[in-house]
Amino acid sequence: MNLKKYINIYTKFLHTSLASELEYKTNILIDLATAILSLIGSIFLLSIFFQNNARVGGWEFEQALIIQGIYTILNGITNTWFNPNLTEIVKHIREGTLDFVLLKPIDSQFFISSKKINPSGFLEIILGFGLLIYCIKINQIYLNFYYLFLCLITLICSICILYSLWFFISTTTIWFVKTWNAIEVLRSFLYIGRFPLNSFSFSLRIFFSVFIPIAFITTIPSEVFLGLTQFWKIFLEVAISGIFIFSSRKFWLFALRFYSSASS
Amino acid sequence: MISNLINRKIFALIKVQYSNMMEYRVEIALWAISGIIPFFMLNIWTNNNLNESINISEIMLSRYFLCAFFVRQFSVVWVVFSFEEDSLMGKISPYLIQPLNPFFRYFAQHIAEQITRFPFALIIAFFFFLFNPESIWIPNLGILFLSIISTFLSFLIQFLIQSIVACLCFWTEKASSIERLLFIPTLFLSGLLAPVISFPEYVKSWIYLTPFPYLIDFPANLLSGNETNIVRGFSMQILWIILLFPLFKKIWFRGTKKYTAMGS
Repeated sequence: MNLKKYINIYTKFLHTSLASELEYKTNILIDLATAILSLIGSIFLLSIFFQNNARVGGWEFEQALIIQGIYTILNGITNTWFNPNLTEIVKHIREGTLDFVLLKPIDSQFFISSKKINPSGFLEIILGFGLLIYCIKINQIYLNFYYLFLCLITLICSICILYSLWFFISTTTIWFVKTWNAIEVLRSFLYIGRFPLNSFSFSLRIFFSVFIPIAFITTIPSEVFLGLTQFWKIFLEVAISGIFIFSSRKFWLFALRFYSSASS
Repeated sequence: MISNLINRKIFALIKVQYSNMMEYRVEIALWAISGIIPFFMLNIWTNNNLNESINISEIMLSRYFLCAFFVRQFSVVWVVFSFEEDSLMGKISPYLIQPLNPFFRYFAQHIAEQITRFPFALIIAFFFFLFNPESIWIPNLGILFLSIISTFLSFLIQFLIQSIVACLCFWTEKASSIERLLFIPTLFLSGLLAPVISFPEYVKSWIYLTPFPYLIDFPANLLSGNETNIVRGFSMQILWIILLFPLFKKIWFRGTKKYTAMGS
């Protein structure tokens, strides 16, 4: 019953936000061009790294393309769902409209994180999957159900971690009010996800797996994709994404206790 | 007389904007941090000994990326985003009545922000040297002077390009997506992520005709003491400014004629 209500609301959200985004048609076309250019650019950068070296951080060029594909998918998801919604939190808090969200008889976190959708990220997701399919061909990966199942699990876990990171930063707005630039910092760190973790020095590797788990977001799914990973890594990723989702939820509820609406 | 008046106006504007920016110190500090991508790139280059294939020693490459960081810090432009917001909200109308082109206001905003940013950039450089003590060097005064000028010219080129894009707001509401499209080649071709000298031949043959390598690669090479063609660099920077300035004036003139204030 409850689930049905949320699904119903979500379809309404989809409808309204798609209708409003499609008002800016040329905008969407330009965004599509941006997504294609951005993928070309990052493959170009990779090709510079590999032009005189067969391997970087133990990855061959064809294998590193998998990371690029997974990064593109995740970036598309970020642009479609996380970015338009979670930057809105900042606006809600600055202008005091969060009151209206809290008064509604639905979960505030659900409302805040799913209200909007930006269709221009879809192309990036499609491009990412296209690149992955191409990678299956050039890396001669053998497909079966069990393998696809593992890939899907790690990808879902990555999405959960990514969502929690965004949600964490956005939640801190309740105390700091302006966190636009904190989001920029997160974005620039996430940029690192385009490259295999092993290509960094030891200290940065520790930093990117303990403090900001970017390693888990792209490198582990890519390893699973290649069939190289050990089981404990998959378990670790599932556990970490669970912890992240759980604590981001708790953090939101905790932060709401400190919310004093604007002009009151 | 007239130039004296303009000077006084500019100084007044910069003073106002500087005190405005000082209010947002944390924001600007975070923004400075979000620019540390060149250091991650440096880590990939040196950790995998990729620099050997392009004949740059590790020390020179680390100086290059440090300078790229500095040049980027002092040539970041965001005039499109400010202008878009102001024109969507109708704030442009009062600015247009004043006997001063509103772009002077944005220009002063950028200069004031750079002054506020300077100490944070120095702190980041200090930490960089703490981790890489062997790359400390002191550029001689002449070179320092020239590279400050070339960084400023790079800032001017980007400011002009973005102002031209911003003027498109008069025709389409959302010009920022065009800016995001233009940012992709700037990111990959300007030398922020990889020095232009490492690019493959088929790119190097035409890239020096575009404005991109003069945005970061040229000033950074100049400051870090890497090999670069000083005469060509400066003449191309000035050439691009001479080309872009009349274009900006023309589009501004046409745009203001087209402009209809909100609610009128």
